[in-house]
Amino acid sequence: MALKKKDILDLASLSVDEIQLILDTAESMREISERPIKKVPTLRGKTVVLFFYEPSTRTKLSFDVAAKRLSADSLSLSAGMSSLTKGETLLDTARNLEAMHPDVVILRHAYSGAPQFLARRLKASVINAGDGTHAHPSQALLDMMTIRQHKGTLSGLKVAIVGDIAHSRVARSNCEGLTKMGSQVVLAGPPTMIPRGIEEMGVTVAPTVEAAMTGADVIMMLRIQKERQKSFLMATEREYARFFGLDQERVRLAKDDVVIMHPGPINRGVEISPDVADGPYSIILDQVTNGVAVRMALLFLVTGGGLNADSD
Amino acid sequence: MPILIKGGRVIDPGHMDEIGDVLIEKGRIRAVQPAGTLEAPGADCRIVDAAGLWVTPGLIDMHVHFREPGQEYKETILTGSQAAAAGGFTAVCTMPNTNPVNDDPAITALILEKAARAGLVRVYPVAAVSVGSRGEQLCEFGELKAAGAIGVSDDGLPVMNAQLMRRALEYAAGFGLRVISHAEDMQLAEGGVMNEGPRATRMGLAGIPNACESVMVMRDIALSALTGVPVHIAHVSTRESVDAIRRAKSDGIPVTAETAPHYFTLTDEAVEGYNTHAKMNPPLRSEADREAICRGLADGTLDAIATDHAPHSAMEKEVEFDRAANGVIGLETALPLGLKLVADHVLTASDLITRMALAPARILGLPTGIRVGQAADLTLIDPLKEWIVTIRDIKSKSKNTPFENWTLKGKAVMTLVEGQIKLDGLQRENR
Repeated sequence: MALKKKDILDLASLSVDEIQLILDTAESMREISERPIKKVPTLRGKTVVLFFYEPSTRTKLSFDVAAKRLSADSLSLSAGMSSLTKGETLLDTARNLEAMHPDVVILRHAYSGAPQFLARRLKASVINAGDGTHAHPSQALLDMMTIRQHKGTLSGLKVAIVGDIAHSRVARSNCEGLTKMGSQVVLAGPPTMIPRGIEEMGVTVAPTVEAAMTGADVIMMLRIQKERQKSFLMATEREYARFFGLDQERVRLAKDDVVIMHPGPINRGVEISPDVADGPYSIILDQVTNGVAVRMALLFLVTGGGLNADSD
Repeated sequence: MPILIKGGRVIDPGHMDEIGDVLIEKGRIRAVQPAGTLEAPGADCRIVDAAGLWVTPGLIDMHVHFREPGQEYKETILTGSQAAAAGGFTAVCTMPNTNPVNDDPAITALILEKAARAGLVRVYPVAAVSVGSRGEQLCEFGELKAAGAIGVSDDGLPVMNAQLMRRALEYAAGFGLRVISHAEDMQLAEGGVMNEGPRATRMGLAGIPNACESVMVMRDIALSALTGVPVHIAHVSTRESVDAIRRAKSDGIPVTAETAPHYFTLTDEAVEGYNTHAKMNPPLRSEADREAICRGLADGTLDAIATDHAPHSAMEKEVEFDRAANGVIGLETALPLGLKLVADHVLTASDLITRMALAPARILGLPTGIRVGQAADLTLIDPLKEWIVTIRDIKSKSKNTPFENWTLKGKAVMTLVEGQIKLDGLQRENR
């Protein structure tokens, strides 16, 4: 089976079968990173452009490693060096990119919908590496892969996502993906950070953090940004940590085999206490490892690869 | 050249609605009589067969942006006037958010001079409430009025300072200028790019809640009650605003209001796919709001339909949604979208002409109607003509319409300003 999609823009546009295919492909990619020679020739001769309008360390690094392990030629453009700072529009940048015949463009952008904009104008595949507060599909896929590894399934789980849902593309993509795969997603956080109408994505909003965490199979904490104080979304980090942060006491409300996740980078002592972040339930570093595998799978699949290329 | 319009349905709301003949001579309406009773006064008279057409008072769009001076690449007073005439409008009010802002009699005079040179439709400049529309100092309303301004507004921006708004109402009343309010709480709207709600949440776009508009509508109603001075609310988009205006009117507060065709036609669903041609301020709202707008138009809570014609070039629209400029063009699609309300039994034909001609005239203190002796500002409408909105046929310099490729029913086929034909869609058939 091959993925019949030019672009990976969000989880909403992926079917259950397509998500399964990506996760299964990622499992088979994982092993490559464990070899002494961590490289296969699969994407030799393919050009992958890492186009990051917004600062990013781990996602960019992860895509870059993924491209290199598949032998693609990757080159990167970032906001600081790109002609954007010289006033070039995304449209002109798209036209210039197109003229260089890339095979895959990986876009990180501060504005929601920018990957859609680019995808409509490029022959190359576009993979969304995070757009505004809209979507972060590769992150949600690696989260789902990590959950599946630990729980054996993505169906019937209670997943609590806690924090600044309003500003989180990771939360939106996980809401879309996890509900699609049959899990129950419960959101919690200060009401200022719960966007209106999020329930229409098939999730529930818990009245308290405790209610969300009680009986949870998975707890996913989101990063809190201090600048949210300026837009009146929170009072202080200290109060946030006390009422909305994850500590040992709240972990005990969840199931005994709960796993704790965080898309990173974490604020120790704010949304998650250091002992929980480093504790036995934490699978935060598995997420990072799986990130490379999922991104290898995405690169492989959008360039036309299939699980059984011979038989398909 | 005299013009005899024969056998059209003459709709002058509150006065007449019957098949009749209208004779125009020397720019004025010379006679209005039952069909078949008027003869051409001479061989040079143009006879217009108006069978099947509506003959209405000239449509007035009390809210347009013609971008001149300053952004002539988007629209000029000439191209805007061409779009207006093509859409059946005989008069427009140009909003002051040009560059520089129309806060100075010289700019008002410049707009009028350009309009006279265009020689198509009547252009009534709306000047700014505050210098530079910065909300800090009142403009010289007396000077602006003397230069030809018909009203004042900081449109594009709200007057956030309630004290300034109060004083603007009082000061304007002394000069007989109407104050037009762009009702928006800027802090509450901050960062928002579309209607707040499930769709904005899913799309990851920052929302603008309905309350952004209604809190300011309610404030302006309170200030109108306080001062006793009429206030006109521009581009109403929410059900809460409609309710507040309805209540204020029943309390006898002198508030009037307009809405735009996109608010009674579209909802925020049009934003799907990050369509920047559906981005405007106020934003497209929910279906419940759209229905409330229709009810407000039906019961007269919303007095007028105005387009908020806001031309932008591809440079401002073919960009990321967050970066795209607000606004859509509207002059050439307003009438058929209004006629759709008639077809859908939301409005009667007479209601529609009231909302698009009589009410704006009443609010602005302009003449209107089809009476003997009046200036012949008339619109001839083919209510059944079907046409497809095609970019290359758009007269406006900018093409930012959310209605591209829509099949619309009804079109202005002739626009007459002071007896002069400014749009002639009948030439070939009738000459």
